Amino acid sequence: MVHDMGSKPMPDKTYRFLSQPRRVVEDRRFVAGKGHYIADYDHADMAHVALMPCHLPAARIDAIDASAALAMPGVIDVVTGAELAAAIDPLMNGLDTPKVRRYPLAVGQVRYAGEWVCAVIAESRAIAEDAIEHIRLETTALPFVLDPEQALRDDSPLVHPDHNSNVLLDKKFVWGPVDDDFAAADHQLNFCVTWGRNSTVPIETFGVVAEWNAWEQMLDIRASVQMPKYADQIARALGLAGNQVRVHYDIDVGGSYGVKRGIKHAVLIGYLARKLHRPVRLIEDRLENMRAGDAHGPERKFDVSVAFDKDGTVRSMKMRALDNAGAYAGRAPFQLGKPIGAIVGPYRIGSVAYQAISVTTNKAAQEAVRGFGQAPTNYALETAMDRVAAFLDMDRLALRQHNFIKTDEFPYLIPSGSTYDSGDYHTVIDKVMAAADYPKLVATCNQLRKDGMMAGIGIAACLEPSGGNSSFEPLLNESNQTTTWMESCQINIDALGTVTARIHTTSSGQGHETLVSTVIGEILGIDPDSIRVVRPNSLESLPGNSPVGSRMAIMLGGAAARAAEKLKAKIIAIAAHHLKCDATSIDYQGGAMLTANGRHITWDDIIESAHRQIHRLPDGMDPGLASFDIMQVPTGGDLPKDGKVHMYPCYSFEFHLVLVAFDPIIGKPEIRSYTIGHDCGTVINPAIVSGMTYGGIAHGIGAALLEEFAYDESGQLMTQSFLDYLMPSSHEVPDIQLVKHCTPSPHTVFGQKGSGESGYLGAPAAISSAINHAVAGLDISFDKLPIRMSVISDKIAAATHHRSDSE
Amino acid sequence: MNITIDINGKDVTASIEPRVTLLDFVRDVAGLKGTHAGCEHGVCGACTVLLDGEAVRSCLILAAQAEGNSITTIEAVDGTARQPGELSVIQDAFCEAHGLQCGYCTPGMVLAAKTLLQHTPTPSREQVREAISGNICRCTGYMQIIDAIMLAAERLQGLNQPADGA
Repeated sequence: MVHDMGSKPMPDKTYRFLSQPRRVVEDRRFVAGKGHYIADYDHADMAHVALMPCHLPAARIDAIDASAALAMPGVIDVVTGAELAAAIDPLMNGLDTPKVRRYPLAVGQVRYAGEWVCAVIAESRAIAEDAIEHIRLETTALPFVLDPEQALRDDSPLVHPDHNSNVLLDKKFVWGPVDDDFAAADHQLNFCVTWGRNSTVPIETFGVVAEWNAWEQMLDIRASVQMPKYADQIARALGLAGNQVRVHYDIDVGGSYGVKRGIKHAVLIGYLARKLHRPVRLIEDRLENMRAGDAHGPERKFDVSVAFDKDGTVRSMKMRALDNAGAYAGRAPFQLGKPIGAIVGPYRIGSVAYQAISVTTNKAAQEAVRGFGQAPTNYALETAMDRVAAFLDMDRLALRQHNFIKTDEFPYLIPSGSTYDSGDYHTVIDKVMAAADYPKLVATCNQLRKDGMMAGIGIAACLEPSGGNSSFEPLLNESNQTTTWMESCQINIDALGTVTARIHTTSSGQGHETLVSTVIGEILGIDPDSIRVVRPNSLESLPGNSPVGSRMAIMLGGAAARAAEKLKAKIIAIAAHHLKCDATSIDYQGGAMLTANGRHITWDDIIESAHRQIHRLPDGMDPGLASFDIMQVPTGGDLPKDGKVHMYPCYSFEFHLVLVAFDPIIGKPEIRSYTIGHDCGTVINPAIVSGMTYGGIAHGIGAALLEEFAYDESGQLMTQSFLDYLMPSSHEVPDIQLVKHCTPSPHTVFGQKGSGESGYLGAPAAISSAINHAVAGLDISFDKLPIRMSVISDKIAAATHHRSDSE
Repeated sequence: MNITIDINGKDVTASIEPRVTLLDFVRDVAGLKGTHAGCEHGVCGACTVLLDGEAVRSCLILAAQAEGNSITTIEAVDGTARQPGELSVIQDAFCEAHGLQCGYCTPGMVLAAKTLLQHTPTPSREQVREAISGNICRCTGYMQIIDAIMLAAERLQGLNQPADGA
C-alpha cells in the first residue's frame, strides 16, 4: 500500500490545491443549461410510459380491463403487476422477510393510495396518460392501517397478509449497565417526540430510459439515480447476468439527497424494453413522484427515558424508535440502524437501551433520505438534552458542555460499539458563541419578548457519521454478512501527458469531478483544471457504492488519492532509473520535473519512456502510466459481536444556534438569526462544503416547519403537489453565518470527514429547541415535526385561553 | 394546429396539439433542453423562460399563447453575443460563488437573476431574495445563489464603467 492510512495527518499542513478556493468543474455546464439530465436523453424510436394508480389505500385487484385503452391509436401495450410477477423476481430486500414481496406494480393487492397497478406504454407520454382514463380497474376495498402503533396491534389489518404481521423488524439492544445506571441516577424523565414523514423532494423527478439490444443481449440503462449496486439489482430482478446490464453513469442527476433509488422503475422499464424491443422511457410526473415514487423519508415516533444526576450528568438512555416504513420494506428498516453508530450523539452517555421497530402500513414506501435516519435520532437526543436542562433548571448549553466528550478522550468508544475518530466540540461551541455574539442574541430575544413577540433561542449539537459503510445490515439481520463497502477510482496518463480519471457513480450535485481532480492534482502536483474526470458505464467500472452516507470525500477522495500515489510511485521509479539513483533521493516536483543531485528529468520524458520506450524503463516494469484503487471503508470490516459493531470511520460535528420569533396569534416562525459551527476535518473544496451545509439547513428548516407527506383518515395523501407540500423558498431561509473548524480525522488520507448531510442533521432539532424555548413560559411544548404555524397559534391560543379561564 | 414562435431570435414552426405547453415546445420541438420541468404546476420555477424579456413559467403557458411573443431561454441568456463555451457575466458569477449544486434549477435562477438585474442593477440582498423567491432550489439553501447574483450585479456595474476608469 502506497499511503499509510494510519498515519496522522497534519492539521496545519497547507496544500497547493486542496482546501483552496477552486471553481467547481461541473458548474460550467450547469449554468449554461448543458447538464446531461435523463429527460434530455432522446431517441427517435422512444416509447413512453405513464402509470395508472389505484386510489384506495388497500384493495384487492379483481380485474383490469385495458381493451379500450389498447384500441387507442398510439397505445403500444398495457402491463399489469400479474404479468410482471410471472416474468421477474421480486425486488431485493435486505431483511429476512421473504413474504413481504415487492414488485414495480401492485400484484393482486393494492397497499397504499396511489400505488401503480399498471403501466401504459404509448408513442407519447400524452397518449399514455389519455389511455389511463380508458382502463377499467375493478377492486374490492380492504381494511387498512395508517398509524404505526395501531399496525403493531394484533387486531390490525395486515398490509402483507402472507407475512402474518406488520412487523418488519423489532430488535432490542442493551449496551452497558442500563438498569444499574437508571437505578443509581438522581432523576429520570420520559418523553415522546415524533418526526413527521418528509423527504428531500428533488426538483427533478426520477427518470429512467432502458434500451434492449437483442443482438448483443445487452440492457442499457440511463437513470437519474443515486443507488448502490443498481446494475446488480436490476440484473437480479430481471434474471439477467451481471454483464448484460449496463448502467450509464454519465447522467447528471437533478438532486437526490438519498432518495433517487429508482429500483422498481428501472426493473419495470427494463422489462418493457426487452418485451417490446423498443427504447422505453419513464419520467415521473410530479404526482407519480410524490405519491408512489418510493421517495418518502422516515416517519418515526420516539419514546425516550433518560437517567441523570443533579449536576447534569446524563448517565443512561432508553430509546424506543417506531418507524412507519409504509407498504414495503425497501431500505427503510435499515434507517433505524445507522443511528446506532452515533446513538449517544456527542455526549458521554454510558449506557443505552435501544429498541428499533419498523412496521408496514398503508402509506407509500419509505426509502433512504439524507442522513439515513440520523436527523430524526438527533432530534430526539437534543430534545432529551433540552428537557433535562429544563428539569434541572440548568442552562441548556452548560448541560451539553458538561456532557460532551472532551478532545483528549478521542478515540472514544461509545456503548453501541462505534469508536469516534476525533472532535473538538468545546472549541466549536466557543467559536459559535463568539461569532453569534451570544449575549447580544439573548438581549435581542428578551427585547422581542418585551415587544409582545414569542421568541426563543434554539441550540443543537450533533454528529454526522460519515464514510458510509453498511455494518448496520449484519447488525439488524444476522443472515446478511456484508462487511465490504468499497469505492474505487482509475487514473490514466495518456501519451500526450494528460491525466484522465474514471469514477464509477452518477453525481447529483456533489461535485465529484471537482473532488477527484483536486485530490489527484494535489498528489501529482499538477493543475487540477488540466485533469479530466469521466464517469463511464457500470461494465467499464470498478466496484463502488455510490454517494451515500456522507462518504465521497472520504471514499472517492481516498481511492483517487491512493490511485494517484501509485502513479506517483511509478513516475518516481522511472525517474530514478533514468537518473541512476535511488528512488528515495528523488525530489518529486510535481508536473514540472524531478530532481536528484542537480540532475533532472521532465514530465514529458517520463511520459515518452512510459508510452514509447520500454527499453528505458526499469526491468520488469509494465508500460503505460495507469493505476486504480479499490478502497475499503477505513476502520470498517468487522461483523457485529454481542449486538455491537463499529460503524462509520469519521464523525463530523455541527453546532446550531438560532433565534426564532413569532407573533403569538399568527404563529408563523421567523428565523431571526442562524449560526452554525461546522467541523468536517480537512475540507477539499470550501465552496462545495459550505453550499452543502447551507442546503442541509434549508432542508432542515423544511422538515422542522413545513414539509410533511400528510395522509388523511381515509388514507389519501393530502400533500401531493408543491402547492400543498411546502418547501422553503428564499424567504424562509435566512442568511446563515457559517463558523468553520477543522479537527482532522486520523483515518483518512488528508484528514477529511464527510459533509453531505451537514446542516440537515441538526437544523430540525435546533428550530424545535427555539420554538419550545419561546413557549416554555406557557407550559406547552411541541412534540412533533413539522411544527406548522397553525399548530403553534392553536396551541398558544388554547394555553392562554386556559390561563385566563383559571385566573 | 400550426404555430410559429420566436425562440432565441429564430422562428420555430411546428404543427402541434393545442394542449402542448410552451415548456414542451421549447424542449421537444425546438430541442432546447436547458429549460427544465420541475413541478409542472407553476410553483418551482425550474421551467422559467423570458417572454418578451420577462421571466415566466413555461409550464403554465400553452405554446399557442406564446405565438407572436419572443422567447429567450438559457441557451441565449446573453443574446447571441457569445460563442459556445463563453459564459455571460451572470453565469460566470454563479460559477464563482458556486451558486448551485445539481444544476437543475440553475437555468431558471439565472434567468430570474437576469430579469432582476435589468430592472434593478444594484439590488440589496433582500431584493435578490424576493426576485428568486419563486424559484425553488433544494441543494443550496439559496445563500450562494444570492452571493452569486450580488457578485453579478457588482460586475455588471463594473463593466459599464469606462475602461480607463474616468
